[in-house]
Amino acid sequence: MPFSLLKYGLSSEYPVEVDLPAPKELKAAYDVVIIGAGGHGLATAYYLSRYHGISNIAVLEKGYLGGGNTARNTAVIRSNYLTSEGVKFYIESVRLFENLSNEFDFNIMYSSRGQLTLAHTDATVRAFRQRAEVNKHFGGRTEMIDRQQIRELVPSLNLDPGHIPVLAGLWHIDGGTARHDAVAWGYAKQAAKRGVEIHQLTEVQDFVVENERVRAVKTNRGTIACGCVVQAVAGTSSLLMNKLKIKAPIHTYPLQAMVTQPFKPFLDPLVSSSALHCYVQQTSRGEIVFGGGSDPYPLYNTRSTLDLKESLLASAIEMFPFMANAKLMRQWAGITDMTPDYSPIMGLSPIDGYYLDAGWGTWGFKATPICGKTMAELVASGGKVPELIAPFGLDRFSRFQQVNEMGATAASH
Amino acid sequence: MNRLPAPMGLLIDRNKPLTFSFDGNACQGFAGDTVASALAANGRWLLSRSFKYHRPRGPLTMAGQDANTLVQLPDEPNVLADECPLAAGLAVTPQNVNGSLEKDRDAIIGTFSRFMPVGFYYRAFYKPKGMWKRWEPLIRKKAGLGVLELRFEPTYHDKAYLFCDLAVIGSGPAGLSAALHAANGGAKVLLIEQNPVLGGSLTYARFGLDANVAMGLREELVSAVQGHANIRVLDSAVCNAWFADNYLPVIQGNRLYKVRARQCIVASGSFDQPVIFRNNDLPGVMLTSAAQRLMRLYAVKPGKRAVVLTGNDDGYLAALDLLDAGVEVAAVVDMRERSDTPGLITAVQAKGIPCHTGHTVYEALAGKNAQHLGAVDIRRIRGQGKVAEASTRIDCDLLCMSAGYMPVYQLLCQAGGNLRYADEHAAFSIQNLPGILRVAGSVNGRHDLQRVLADGQRAASEALADLGLEATAVAGADKDDSRVNFPWPIFAHPQGKEFVDFDEDLQIRDIVNATRNGYRDVQLVKRFSTVGMGPSQGRHSALPTARLVADATGRSVSETGVTTARPPFSAEKLAHIAGRGFDPYRQTAMHRRHVELGAKLMPAGVWQRPAFYGKAEDREACMQSEARHVRERVGLIDVSTLGGLDVRGPDAAELLERMYTFGFKKLAIGRTRYALMTAEDGVVIDDGVACRLGEQHFYVSATTSGVDRVYRSMLKWNAQWRLNVDIANVSAAFAAVNLAGPLSRQVLEKVCTDVDLSPEGFPYLGLREGKVAGVPARLLRVGFVGELGYEIHVPARFGEHLWDALMKAGADFDIRPFGVETQRLLRLEKGHVIISQDTDGMTHPAEIDMGWAIGRKKPFFVGKRTIEILEAQPLKRKLVGFTLPKGSSKPLEGHLVLKGPDISGNVTSCEYSETVGAIIGMAYAGADQATPGMQIPIRVEGGEVVQATVVQLPFFDPESQRQEL
Repeated sequence: MPFSLLKYGLSSEYPVEVDLPAPKELKAAYDVVIIGAGGHGLATAYYLSRYHGISNIAVLEKGYLGGGNTARNTAVIRSNYLTSEGVKFYIESVRLFENLSNEFDFNIMYSSRGQLTLAHTDATVRAFRQRAEVNKHFGGRTEMIDRQQIRELVPSLNLDPGHIPVLAGLWHIDGGTARHDAVAWGYAKQAAKRGVEIHQLTEVQDFVVENERVRAVKTNRGTIACGCVVQAVAGTSSLLMNKLKIKAPIHTYPLQAMVTQPFKPFLDPLVSSSALHCYVQQTSRGEIVFGGGSDPYPLYNTRSTLDLKESLLASAIEMFPFMANAKLMRQWAGITDMTPDYSPIMGLSPIDGYYLDAGWGTWGFKATPICGKTMAELVASGGKVPELIAPFGLDRFSRFQQVNEMGATAASH
Repeated sequence: MNRLPAPMGLLIDRNKPLTFSFDGNACQGFAGDTVASALAANGRWLLSRSFKYHRPRGPLTMAGQDANTLVQLPDEPNVLADECPLAAGLAVTPQNVNGSLEKDRDAIIGTFSRFMPVGFYYRAFYKPKGMWKRWEPLIRKKAGLGVLELRFEPTYHDKAYLFCDLAVIGSGPAGLSAALHAANGGAKVLLIEQNPVLGGSLTYARFGLDANVAMGLREELVSAVQGHANIRVLDSAVCNAWFADNYLPVIQGNRLYKVRARQCIVASGSFDQPVIFRNNDLPGVMLTSAAQRLMRLYAVKPGKRAVVLTGNDDGYLAALDLLDAGVEVAAVVDMRERSDTPGLITAVQAKGIPCHTGHTVYEALAGKNAQHLGAVDIRRIRGQGKVAEASTRIDCDLLCMSAGYMPVYQLLCQAGGNLRYADEHAAFSIQNLPGILRVAGSVNGRHDLQRVLADGQRAASEALADLGLEATAVAGADKDDSRVNFPWPIFAHPQGKEFVDFDEDLQIRDIVNATRNGYRDVQLVKRFSTVGMGPSQGRHSALPTARLVADATGRSVSETGVTTARPPFSAEKLAHIAGRGFDPYRQTAMHRRHVELGAKLMPAGVWQRPAFYGKAEDREACMQSEARHVRERVGLIDVSTLGGLDVRGPDAAELLERMYTFGFKKLAIGRTRYALMTAEDGVVIDDGVACRLGEQHFYVSATTSGVDRVYRSMLKWNAQWRLNVDIANVSAAFAAVNLAGPLSRQVLEKVCTDVDLSPEGFPYLGLREGKVAGVPARLLRVGFVGELGYEIHVPARFGEHLWDALMKAGADFDIRPFGVETQRLLRLEKGHVIISQDTDGMTHPAEIDMGWAIGRKKPFFVGKRTIEILEAQPLKRKLVGFTLPKGSSKPLEGHLVLKGPDISGNVTSCEYSETVGAIIGMAYAGADQATPGMQIPIRVEGGEVVQATVVQLPFFDPESQRQEL
């Protein structure tokens, strides 16, 4: 029994530890308004308040804290992307994740169990080798492994599904997972401790812009003046940007996931197949989580569909035939803002004082810490773009300088 | 045996006894029993241990709606014992126990529950840094329920589509009444019932002092339904979700029906709700409806001495049921001050049953057998959740409890319905359903039997009207005035263990403390405490949680709400959703010949293609000798997988002009031209050869894996441009080979006599139509492998014939087949790029020296604007040819090209070439590394860096004289 639990057993009254403070009235003005109390928005608030001495911050959330894609993603953490820009960025994120529980004094259950991606074609083997090499180049731990090594790592895996036998695997030792909700709560708790106000059920409806500079946000609870604004509203990024007439090449698709009942542990690493478009992991509760590709048509909706479930679970059984008898318990969806190059949009916008944290597609959760940290640096410096996120600016599309991660994103998330 | 005489036992067949085992002990049951009912008949109530504290658990609902009955079968974990049909020889074991079910060593965890408050795992296990890595495996081992058998082989499951005018979900009185009324009105009705028999609550509940009301009504309705020509019944079938537009997945046996219903009526009924008090999870404590199910469906006597705890009049009727079954009823404990039905209490008291109104069970007490109920402590209610000090102890081995009903709202919420809580009824009701979906019966707040029947008719009439069918007018049912829900059936105890969520072992204080920690939104309460996340998905915890959270945060229950109910309604096997394995792949018309010739096959998109001919371990030798053969003599490769698009119409040339970078308007009939395709962002996405067969007719090839995308994109663009052109994907209609090598003309001459094959008559890049081996063919003189060669396309049915004819004709010339890998080597020697191998998601034409393939004078093609912008920027990287001496470490495709500390590119193709006598390859390198003669560092396996020499492409036959022979 860990010491930290003793107080609960030994005190007569429940020692209440307030993680998320009770609601307050909105003030008339804040130095920084962050739209979206998901992982990204809260992380930005936290790093601003902890490392930059800025705590006159309102984080506005139209629903409940962490209820958007932070709540809906399948919690994959990895850095084995393809481009130098991407790998450098995500490697920093993985490093921050490793420390978060202790930084928060709140267990986010970061678990570095490794991620295995399967290659079924020679083209994928080529692409994986490149990703392994790029990852190693920047200090990550990724190896190409053969069928025998895969068999040892995941004995229950079917290496010969249908007519597409597994040829090799991309073994990302740094890959892992964490309790996704807890990441948002940890950031919220520590930001709130430093004076950041988190306002749930507060929806931003419009902006006041003067001379190309944002001056205030209009909400369902009144107008708030602000020094600057950060938008971090994955899933509805384009809708918010429309209000400011900022054009971005974002197309929004639902992304579905599903989970079984809990079973005794049998699968340690996260396993995904590039050809079967299926991703599988067993959570610390023992449930098996499945994810796959985005829905085939754009939609701002979190409905579930049967079609996706049918194809995804058929693939799951190809990979792990014995799961045929496992029972599915829940199916849900998030909304993903896809960009043409499968990289995020971070940094400045055409409006002064309006900072973008958007285009997070299916890769947002794993970037939460580094995104918060770099966005905080951007805000604190009054708009000086940190080097790490410079490649991800919105203007890269008009400059034709995309950061293409398509091949490294697909079904691995 | 605890069995009651007939007519009890609707589902069991007493003539078919079955033997099975539980935890190694042989038990008896009947056909029609579930595992749980048979065990109950054997006097076994203890079925499982709870998830967290390993508390003993027995049946709660007897309807497959709770996690207490989860057991393990040899091949299947987490089986609901109260749903699983009994079968002879079934070997059932308990799951998630450490030791035995009776003596579970992990039960000690419960005594430390104070040290494990809600969300305790967020507060510990991470100090000092890195400790979670140690704790996690231990905690994971304790988590999870049953064990998945990793050697299990999937069994047969399939799918079928069904269509109907009206789907009625649930065959209780409301569903039966709705189905009949709609069918009488002319609608084709599909009636879906989860249980093996129709009737819903009519099969187990009691609707009045007269015990026979339900049985008579059921017989009448069921016989009308079963004989009805317009009604199809699916029983033992669960509708597991509602998807957009009444798309309903219904699981029956090993089949998933995918139902498309024009209209849908959900008559799913309501779930009996537990009362929350200390030890409300003790075996022997069950929902009132569970005891009634045991008696009427399975003829099992649920106990010897019972107490009924109720929040409505139904408890009194259940007490009469128990009495009829020979159970001593020690008391009815009614949480209300009075009954709604005049004379009811008096009538029950007249049977000798003591009634205590305004009282509750405050604590359930274990008996001599610590794992079963022995008595209850009842107290007078003194306010919301408060009780008097004075207590009365009543000995009993059965406690039936019901605090009221919760509509079975899951499908309705999936359809977008919202729940609203009416304080005056202390119940949720559903609003905002789509027009094609209606509710009837107790899910719609009707509980009185006559009102339920009328409500079914009302819903059916509305559906008929929407179907455009004549409906006989019916008087709808007004809402019941009676209140079936007790508003606050939650009684906190200083020592806790009053379970709100049985699945997750959550007590009242866990829910309340979650709100005190700041998790005030009900969604956050769920996520922090895990309430409702277990196998029963909140069926019994949603209502008390909403009430507790509302109370703790000073909001109304409506404002608080419940968490979203997502599909599926009940746990579904992956096998049901996956269905039969579907593994589509394609083989060319010549596939048999490749197999006969010993080809090593490889997947290429959806196709199977020969990589080379020989054993996998002889790859290098096979490739080199096949390649040598093509260079020196003649080879034959099956290229049927290439995409083929037929483009016809007055604007055919215009379409190609816009889709591809080159110009095609001036292409002469009988000529071919390389066709490079870019996307709007200037990225190279496909290539092929465009052949002009006529003024208005082109035949265009595309890459094997790209053709579907190319075709789709042509259709899309043409829809925008509205050109006068027809586009057909004819990939599957043609089989094709490439006959290549210096002797290829001589081979072809033997089987093709109606085409002038002379270099002048059929020059390089020419196109001819003629007969090859007697079948109509399109012949293209193209040179992917850099030799004299002919691509021959024939109707697919002649593929094998063509192959055989060429192999025969080539026998004198020592013709040999060659595979894809050999072809890749040959084209690499020529420096020809393969789209998607030597290009990536960023490659634009200038990077691969394809500027020559762009029609500069054209006003437009897809990607033109971007390419012009990109070409005006300094080139960052370039695809270069490189060589390394034979014997040097060979770079693999994907290895990196370095520039100082940075990555400047990657190897895209690399092989040893016997023809060149060196390792040759192509790689992206920095633009300043791309001059022939420069050295580029490549990091190969094991981190070794080799210095490759950049060379001018191609590696072989720089003047390209051989292909033009």
